[in-house]
Amino acid sequence: MVRNQLGHVGKFVLWHGQIFQKPENWKMYYKETIRQMYDIGIGSLTIVFLISVFIGAVTAIQFTYQLEGTFIPGYYIGYIVRDMAVIETAATITCLVLAGKIGSNMAAEIGGMRQKEHIDAMEIMGVNTSAYLVMPKIIAGVIIIPVLVSVSVLVNIGGAYIATVPFGISTEAEFVQGIRSFFIPNNVNIMYVKAFVFAYILTSVSCYQGYFVRGGSIELGAASTRAVVYSDILILVFDYIIALVLT
Amino acid sequence: MIKIEGIYKSFEDLEVLKGIDFVFEPGKTNLIIGRSGAGKTVLLKILVGLFKPTKGAVLFGDTNFLNLDKKDVREIRMQMGMLFQGNALFDSMTIEENIRFPLDMFTNQTLAEKRKKVNYCLERVALEGINNKYPSEISGGMQKRVGIARAIVLEPKYLFCDEPNSGLDPKTAIKIDELIHDITVDNNITTVINTHDMNSVMEIGENICLLENGRLAWQGNKNEVLDSQNEILEKFIFASPFLQRLKSMALSKAK
Repeated sequence: MVRNQLGHVGKFVLWHGQIFQKPENWKMYYKETIRQMYDIGIGSLTIVFLISVFIGAVTAIQFTYQLEGTFIPGYYIGYIVRDMAVIETAATITCLVLAGKIGSNMAAEIGGMRQKEHIDAMEIMGVNTSAYLVMPKIIAGVIIIPVLVSVSVLVNIGGAYIATVPFGISTEAEFVQGIRSFFIPNNVNIMYVKAFVFAYILTSVSCYQGYFVRGGSIELGAASTRAVVYSDILILVFDYIIALVLT
Repeated sequence: MIKIEGIYKSFEDLEVLKGIDFVFEPGKTNLIIGRSGAGKTVLLKILVGLFKPTKGAVLFGDTNFLNLDKKDVREIRMQMGMLFQGNALFDSMTIEENIRFPLDMFTNQTLAEKRKKVNYCLERVALEGINNKYPSEISGGMQKRVGIARAIVLEPKYLFCDEPNSGLDPKTAIKIDELIHDITVDNNITTVINTHDMNSVMEIGENICLLENGRLAWQGNKNEVLDSQNEILEKFIFASPFLQRLKSMALSKAK
């Protein structure tokens, strides 16, 4: 089993040599990248908005609960929510959710094309299918997912504001003071490094699972599940590594 | 011309092809026939480069397809067109987009030029005016014809057809055979058809290769089929009692 998994790692790494090759037609690749950016970006905005607003709100409520009976000033709510979002939740939670939404979709789309002989048809036309089907998805992912993560940070903070200020848990002045306190610009860099790495992981791993699928609909379903599970595991592993290296 | 020399292919312990030599001639409809499991599809996939043989050579003209690097393989592939058994039409694209796809990918023609070419190909397969339909909105026979239109849009030198008649009624199957034959002759294409349709064998079998258990069991053309004494060919072609009766009737008439 270990040998089999290592074989997949080797195949995955070598496959990158085929993905990043000169396109047959730049215009076609550009069009496909824009389509993918739209699908990933606009298609995921609602789910990112929803999870972010609730994570922000819950973080604020939980922190307020922990503050009860302590001498920690109230403006810390804004500060903690901001740093939680920037350092951890925006990038990690967003990408874990996107692995489920986009990752399974990519694996199913490419796997379906493999099963319906679309990939063979393109290969025979002379198309480098690894490049045409995968490269635009990876490029679109690494461009648009950091944008979604940025949106997530803002919505996280917005969620925390809605959960605290209108209900008198914190005043607006305190909340804004918290948001503006102890800001470390490097945390934003770490957030973008995470967003970039996680985007690469979830798009490439999912495409790999779809591209090399064999068998029928049961195998396609399994590949789709593996795309999500492996992406999530790798995101968490790299979350730890990035935290270790960059903080 | 495509020439194959000593083609062997194994999948783990199972030897599917056992040393096949054959010449697929230009301007003719070359048929690969044989029972299910004889190795027809494997041979076709070796010809188009989807499978690599264990041993042997595939020559397109004088070039051994198997010794080429990826760039040169792609160049030869751009001279190929293929009709798949399941059509392999891109279901999220319209018919026009399907046929235009190779042009979009490999040419710098303007949209108007590409449309003209698409319309010509649709006209060639007698399907004018369905440009904006999706593959799911047309019949199986029409999908086959769209597959042919897509396969010929780049004016290939080689056309490969995997079971072009499967799932079609006899009348439509004959139309598809005639269409493939006409295109082959008009454009002087080397066409290779993988089939077990007897009608195709008798109508368009200009150069036939019969496979049996991974070996070349017989070669010839449609005119030689009836007179052949090859036992394997006889068992394959005249498998049903009805066809056996027809053969004996034809032979007695000839006498």
